[in-house]
Amino acid sequence: MSFWDLANPRRFMGWSARLLPWAWGAAALLAGTGLVWGFLFTPPDFRMGTSVKIIYVHVPTAFLAINAWFTMLVASLVWLVRRHHVSALAARAAAPVGLAMTMAALATGAIWGQPMWGTWWAWDPRLTSFLILALFYVGYIALWAAVEEPDAAADLTSILCLVGTVFAVLSRYAAQFWNQGLHQGASLSLDAEENVADVFWQPLVLTMAGFVALFVALVLLRTRTEVRRRRLQALTARAQAAAA
Amino acid sequence: MIALLRRDLALALRAGGGAGMGPAFFAVFVTLAALGVGPDRAALGPVGPGLLWLGALLASLLSLEGLFATDREDGALELLLTAPLPPEGTALAKAAAHWIVTGLPLVLLSPLLGLTLFLPATATPWLVGSLLLGTPALSMIGTFGAALTVGLRRGSLLLALLVLPLFVPTLVFGAEAVRRAAEGLDPRTPMLLLAAVTLGALALLPFAAGAALRINNR
Repeated sequence: MSFWDLANPRRFMGWSARLLPWAWGAAALLAGTGLVWGFLFTPPDFRMGTSVKIIYVHVPTAFLAINAWFTMLVASLVWLVRRHHVSALAARAAAPVGLAMTMAALATGAIWGQPMWGTWWAWDPRLTSFLILALFYVGYIALWAAVEEPDAAADLTSILCLVGTVFAVLSRYAAQFWNQGLHQGASLSLDAEENVADVFWQPLVLTMAGFVALFVALVLLRTRTEVRRRRLQALTARAQAAAA
Repeated sequence: MIALLRRDLALALRAGGGAGMGPAFFAVFVTLAALGVGPDRAALGPVGPGLLWLGALLASLLSLEGLFATDREDGALELLLTAPLPPEGTALAKAAAHWIVTGLPLVLLSPLLGLTLFLPATATPWLVGSLLLGTPALSMIGTFGAALTVGLRRGSLLLALLVLPLFVPTLVFGAEAVRRAAEGLDPRTPMLLLAAVTLGALALLPFAAGAALRINNR
């Protein structure tokens, strides 16, 4: 069996049904532990006080806001190259989740920024890039909704996703060029010598893993819904053809 | 391709003043912007470069809708796609025609409107130059958006929603170049980046637009 057989709709419905409870469980366990640990059992930061704790929601949602777009990009490429319908539906399913994550990252950032920076919003490159990313998500979702013929919709949105990726990256650097930043540097990176202190770092990694599991669960669930909707459409069309 | 370009230009110039609409909109936009901000030189001066670029951007956006729609309605688009010219060439020719009809008049009108927004004389060549460099990218990106939405009945709002975020890099670099020139700084870096965006768009987007045209005409 090749890897691509997993994209057969019948196979996909089988393995995703088995994986889904595990994804939900992992999400609840990891994000739950991380959030409880982070909210209740870490010390307040010496400058930011307890408001530092919003990091346990802000960083995972921001991380997923970007990676949801990458998921869409990969799924779109798979659809364009190999024409697996499940892949196109997965790209469609990931978009609203990504938009929600982007909005959550912006909202938690605003809530944190009000006491810390003294402002809900600043035209900082990172904030601006996220706002632009949200606009890209909205355009992508709107195009899916507007095109009636399903294959044409999948093709057009895939092309938009490819072009949008290039322009989203360009916009990010344009925003950096445009204004100096207020936002701090990356909290976690693999090559940095110094990251966030360990007491904050450990629960943060747990919540990030939990949010990734949550993302996987949501995308699987939404993809399954889309597959069922497709089947329903096919059945209705067949019934109508038989009746006519 | 040349024939298509000439045909589109002839259609635009002869069909009831369609060619004058872009610059007219640009002038109205700048006037309204000045009325909204207030007549103060101190208030209008700093926002001038941004307003001029925004006006140019919106003017080229508004004329995009008819780019493929009329050709689709009378069946000319199908003929174009079955012609020996590949869809990529059709897209490029359409973008070129759009630029000549909308972008070029905007560039020519911009020094006058810059004057009304108190743009320093030293910055005027940079305004003209940045629009000359940037408006082809706007036309090309817009053509891609129009190709994506050509089959849709109520595509105009969606077209704006899709195209405006794609205009971000062009707007940032273009307006930044003019702003730097107006403040007496060196505008060459944003100009070079703007040229890069335009060349990249002209090199790659015809393929995306061509693919979208093929899909919409299956």
